[in-house]
Amino acid sequence: MNNIMLRQMRPTFFYALLGLVFMFAAPQVLQLFTIINLTTAISLAVLALSLALIWGYGGILCFGQVAFFGLGAYAYTISAINFGDSTPAILMAVLVTSAFAAALGYFIFFGRVSDVYLGVITLTVTLIFFSLIRRTSGPEYKIGNALLGGFNGVSSPPINLPWNTSSFLFPEQVFYVAMAALILCYLFVGWLVNTRFGRVCVAIRENELRAELLGYDTRLYKLGIFTIGAGIAAIGGVLFCNGVGRITPDVFSLYNAALTIIWVIVGGRGTLIGPVGATFALFYLTSALGGQSVLNNNLVLGVILIVFVLLVPKGVAPTVVDWVNARRQKAPTRAKRRKSARTERME
Amino acid sequence: MTRQRGDVVVETRGLCMHFGGVRAVDQVDFTLFDRELRCLIGPNGAGKSTFFKCLTGQLIPTAGEVLIRGQVMTGAEPFDVASLGVGIKTQVPNVFDGLSVDENIWISARRWHDDRRARTLTAETIERLQLGEIRRMQLGRLAHGQRQWVELGMVVAAEPWLVLLDEPAAGMTHEETYRTAELIEEINKTAALIVVEHDMQFIRLISRTVTLFHEGGILMEDTMDAISADKRAREVYLGHRA
Repeated sequence: MNNIMLRQMRPTFFYALLGLVFMFAAPQVLQLFTIINLTTAISLAVLALSLALIWGYGGILCFGQVAFFGLGAYAYTISAINFGDSTPAILMAVLVTSAFAAALGYFIFFGRVSDVYLGVITLTVTLIFFSLIRRTSGPEYKIGNALLGGFNGVSSPPINLPWNTSSFLFPEQVFYVAMAALILCYLFVGWLVNTRFGRVCVAIRENELRAELLGYDTRLYKLGIFTIGAGIAAIGGVLFCNGVGRITPDVFSLYNAALTIIWVIVGGRGTLIGPVGATFALFYLTSALGGQSVLNNNLVLGVILIVFVLLVPKGVAPTVVDWVNARRQKAPTRAKRRKSARTERME
Repeated sequence: MTRQRGDVVVETRGLCMHFGGVRAVDQVDFTLFDRELRCLIGPNGAGKSTFFKCLTGQLIPTAGEVLIRGQVMTGAEPFDVASLGVGIKTQVPNVFDGLSVDENIWISARRWHDDRRARTLTAETIERLQLGEIRRMQLGRLAHGQRQWVELGMVVAAEPWLVLLDEPAAGMTHEETYRTAELIEEINKTAALIVVEHDMQFIRLISRTVTLFHEGGILMEDTMDAISADKRAREVYLGHRA
């Protein structure tokens, strides 16, 4: 890592630090119920982060990011039941999901499927999982010792300490694990988008033909970012089934698939903190709405989506950045100072 | 591999590109030698751009072969062609609209070099093309001529040995056209070039040998003066202007 990259990652470090403060402060001031709820929100934020990477930076509109999220959760649960230990189960979840995404992505990207069709295929895969797993309620549907349980789902064994399979983590401890995972994933993605790989992916998003004419095999880059995104979504899935305590096929529903897209649209494509923040905000909005019966939950989400697409098409975070930049340029002395700092930087 | 002046760098044999019943390119045998600067001209629909797209892998020819430095590249992907060290500029500016001039050129240089060298090359290219004033600007905000110019910068930054340009002077001002011609002369010191162009004045500025396309085939191949003097060529292309 060189100096320039460290400078570009400054905002990433800042938000990671903010997350760290929150991680240690939240359990001191919040009630246990809220903390358990937060764990679920954090797992969804990891999911949003993975879509922010592949859609916001890779330009791949994957409508079925929840497929990887759910697959990760199922792979974790089934492995943990069979192994009796959560550490290799987490590894399995990430591996199985990434391998699945790599195989799916191979046909998509090397078959030159693009844009709308990619969205359709990924959504279809998600819905296939949904109906497939819903039908696995009989005793004959089991993998090893784990019954799949149909629409009732499977209860997920809690995470245990890596060196001790009998010491399970309590919900408030799972919160620490989830928050740490979110921060690490966020740092990893923040680093990735600043590497050569990440910047080529952004270039491909901007103009795929130009990237090819420069000699980049765009299919490989897209497959790479797609697979990494799926692996991160799987981590989210592991956290999710730990927060909720079980995993059901509902995770693969159209509602959840659409929700993930809404988080990223509201938060803003091309940023990481935007979708993560939007996930927390919308999660608490829907929880609050669940407590009343005047307004329908889905109606409110639909209105939010429409308002954002029409009025804030870039999403919250990029709009705020634009606004701050515009204000800075109005103050001429500051802008000048900034400009000279920039030229120095390039020398 | 050492290169000598006079080696064949691009060759097509019986190249055909048919769209249904339309023979956009028909039975073209074409040869380009190293360090050569060749212009392709012809009226609209003569097949120049289709021929160009067959060379760059954007179209897969119906029949025939494309050889680049003796390697069969028929049906190769654009990145395969580019990975040989070929710089390509398309007719419509293809740039990264959301990225700055700096990043556009860096992405090109970074394909071949480590970060440090890519940065140096980017700085050099920006100085060479006098893009310093707009280096921080997003491509989407630039004028058409500037975008063309940045695209040329991306081609130059990759230090290619073969350069394929489709209408590099299209939509440029007189001044910009003149500078483009100078740049092409400079590129030609280290690389062979194929330039597809409409602008006759521009061709007169840079041309050595000109290949005249007509109805999907090569009508003649000669100097610009000889082509201007030829009766057939005048009829198909130059028409009233000559």
